[in-house]
Amino acid sequence: MLKIGVPSKGRLMEKTFDWFGARGIAMRQTGNDREYSGAVDGIDGVELVLLSAGEIPRELSAGRIHLGVTGSDLVRDKLADWPAQVAELAPLGFGHADLVLAVPVAWIDVDTLDDLDAAAAAFRAAHGHRLRIATKYHRLVRDFLTKNGVADYQLVDSQGATEGTVKNLTAEAIADITSTGETLRANHLKVLSDGLIHQSQAVLFLARAADWGAQDRATLATLCARLGLAAPADL
Amino acid sequence: MTSKAAIRAEAEILFAAFRAEGALPVEADILQPAETLLDLYGEDIRARAYVTTDPLRGEMMLRPDFTVPVVQAHMAHGAEPARYCYMGEVFRKQDSHSTRANEYLQVGFELFDRTAPEQADAQVFALFARLLAPLNLRAATGDIGILMAAVRGLSTTDRRKAALLRHIWRPNRFRALLDRFSGRAPMPAARAALLDHLQKDSPEALTLAAGTLVGLRSPEDIAARARALIDDAATPAIAAPEAALLYDLLSLQAPARAALNHLRGITPMLPAIAPAVDRFATRLDALDTLGTDTATLPFEASHGRTSLEYYDGFVFSFHAADPALPPVASGGRYDALTAVLGQGRSIPAVGGVIRPGLVARLKGSV
Repeated sequence: MLKIGVPSKGRLMEKTFDWFGARGIAMRQTGNDREYSGAVDGIDGVELVLLSAGEIPRELSAGRIHLGVTGSDLVRDKLADWPAQVAELAPLGFGHADLVLAVPVAWIDVDTLDDLDAAAAAFRAAHGHRLRIATKYHRLVRDFLTKNGVADYQLVDSQGATEGTVKNLTAEAIADITSTGETLRANHLKVLSDGLIHQSQAVLFLARAADWGAQDRATLATLCARLGLAAPADL
Repeated sequence: MTSKAAIRAEAEILFAAFRAEGALPVEADILQPAETLLDLYGEDIRARAYVTTDPLRGEMMLRPDFTVPVVQAHMAHGAEPARYCYMGEVFRKQDSHSTRANEYLQVGFELFDRTAPEQADAQVFALFARLLAPLNLRAATGDIGILMAAVRGLSTTDRRKAALLRHIWRPNRFRALLDRFSGRAPMPAARAALLDHLQKDSPEALTLAAGTLVGLRSPEDIAARARALIDDAATPAIAAPEAALLYDLLSLQAPARAALNHLRGITPMLPAIAPAVDRFATRLDALDTLGTDTATLPFEASHGRTSLEYYDGFVFSFHAADPALPPVASGGRYDALTAVLGQGRSIPAVGGVIRPGLVARLKGSV
């Protein structure tokens, strides 16, 4: 059976069902709407697995599902060397969100990463500790700042209400996802002009570590043909 | 013999050789407080070191190297001069599915001596060269001290020099700053717009007008940097001939003696590097005396400029023919690190490590 992992609730699930439905693959929840079980009609040999979107990268990495729908931000943040572990079969065109770096709007001297780096050096000298950036996207943010040569900062973990950490004095800046920027503005923050770390959207991923038997390869080829996608050549 | 046993046997031989040089064996904890390493290397170290949490002691790291604990031990209760050796596993996360080991033995030697640093540099290099001679490795050397002296000697503001020195181990960032300060790169549009805005009123008034200020960074912090930006915009570019010398220095690559001649040639135009070039010359003489042929010894002024390093003088490494292999040995001088860890005290220090796993592999014993 080719297992496909799909977010288990909310808009991501609905939009995923819509995307497949528009291409002749009908996905539906079975049982009552609180039960996490589903079915796929219109193609044989495919099993629907409903999972938390945040756990789908891990399940893909372990190869417990063959395909999975989740945010491109989550895969890049949770999986080391992600292209070696998963392949992007198709961007799905929904679930758009930008991971951005934001600082207080009153920092009139900071507009770019270059400014942030210089401000961080001065902040450390004045305050005795590195400038704190609150985020839950540790790998993405660290790689981005390393690539751009920003030093003298530290990441502090924030799993929610990240925009409030600056006011609460547990961080000086934040890196978080935003779609309209409204929450940032309400918390007196602005996005750096070159502070776009990643433009995320929902993506259909393929797990390289999954058990790809002859049957599953055949099912994948059929599925890809139905979805209008090229099957990956290097599987 | 299993490969681990063979590697350990190789390590024991190297360790004994260091002890025969009069080095005192030291042990270091495998679990190191994360804070010290984070403060030294910055957040980048998290990508390289294994971090774990102790319920009482907070964040800890599996030691990514021995230098920091050895320096700490010396600063706490070491006699001078001192030479130390150590042997044990270090742990380095490999973020890609590479074949590079994430746990391997290191055998190291460190020399703390304030009397004759260049002699000490040469002694450490000669010792490593002698121990590794049977492997026919390619040596590489450099001297970050010359580059630092050149930056300190630039005719520009202290602020610009400090910015360059702060990024000396990040070659791309260093280059971008130098391009900007020397006028080779145009001012980015975002910076020009920012400066335009800052000219409109006092920083204090602009901060107030920008909106509610949240967070620990104070209006004074913001005003200080705003004024620094305005001052910097009025600073003339580093003169073209001076900048050209620095670019030349960054790309200098030659046999050590030829490199010295080249540096002697540019010293009259960049007099600030004279003491560093003299030290380079003294070191080459010492190396010759100890049997290294400096007419053929490779030298690169930018060697050793990678992040997660702390060398600020002589640097060296030994490489196998296979470019996929990491250096078999590496080391250098790290005077500034001892000052950071010594809380006001410092001692000139030089040392290096050998990877016995690679030695055993090159010998064919694993």
